Amino acid sequence: MTILAMVVISIGTFFFFTSTIGLLRFPDFYSRMHATGKGETLGVLLSLFGLALLSGWSFASLKILFIAAFIFITSPTATHALLRAAFDSKVKPWTKDGKMIREAEVRRK
Amino acid sequence: MADFFLINSLILSILVLLCLYRVVYGPGVFNRLVGASVIGTKTLIILLLIGFLYGRVEMFIDISLVYALLNFIVTISAAKYFQRRGAM
Repeated sequence: MTILAMVVISIGTFFFFTSTIGLLRFPDFYSRMHATGKGETLGVLLSLFGLALLSGWSFASLKILFIAAFIFITSPTATHALLRAAFDSKVKPWTKDGKMIREAEVRRK
Repeated sequence: MADFFLINSLILSILVLLCLYRVVYGPGVFNRLVGASVIGTKTLIILLLIGFLYGRVEMFIDISLVYALLNFIVTISAAKYFQRRGAM
């Protein structure tokens, strides 16, 4: 059981590593958000699940699973809020040939 | 077993340092926000690993739960603020 937990935690750390690489190497804000939003959530879920496995059938693992459920709900919401804010303040997405895509109409509240 | 937690938390803290680069050099406000939120989730896991390392699991789980709540609220409020101000 502990071997399984160690494997799951190391896979979670691997996903943290890939989301950090995505954060550093991608050309613009939107693709960075694309990488970190998913990578972080998956990394956190896997690590928390591994830690819950480690602490067995106890109150602690129940709380760890609650944290995982909470992160699973809030992390995409935070990502969405950041993207909406960036899109509304007209952060330009990166395009390969540098030509701007058709000026997306910005929803003004 | 304890070494496993130690190695993992060391790897994660190195990754936090890498994310710090994006926070410092991020071209705009929003890149810095992304870096800050990424560092927030990473420290959550580091906190839990340290909790398992020291054996006092219950206390550190509560701390990391509060940290997850705060990280979420900060990201949402910062996004709402910069949406209003339209900072570049």
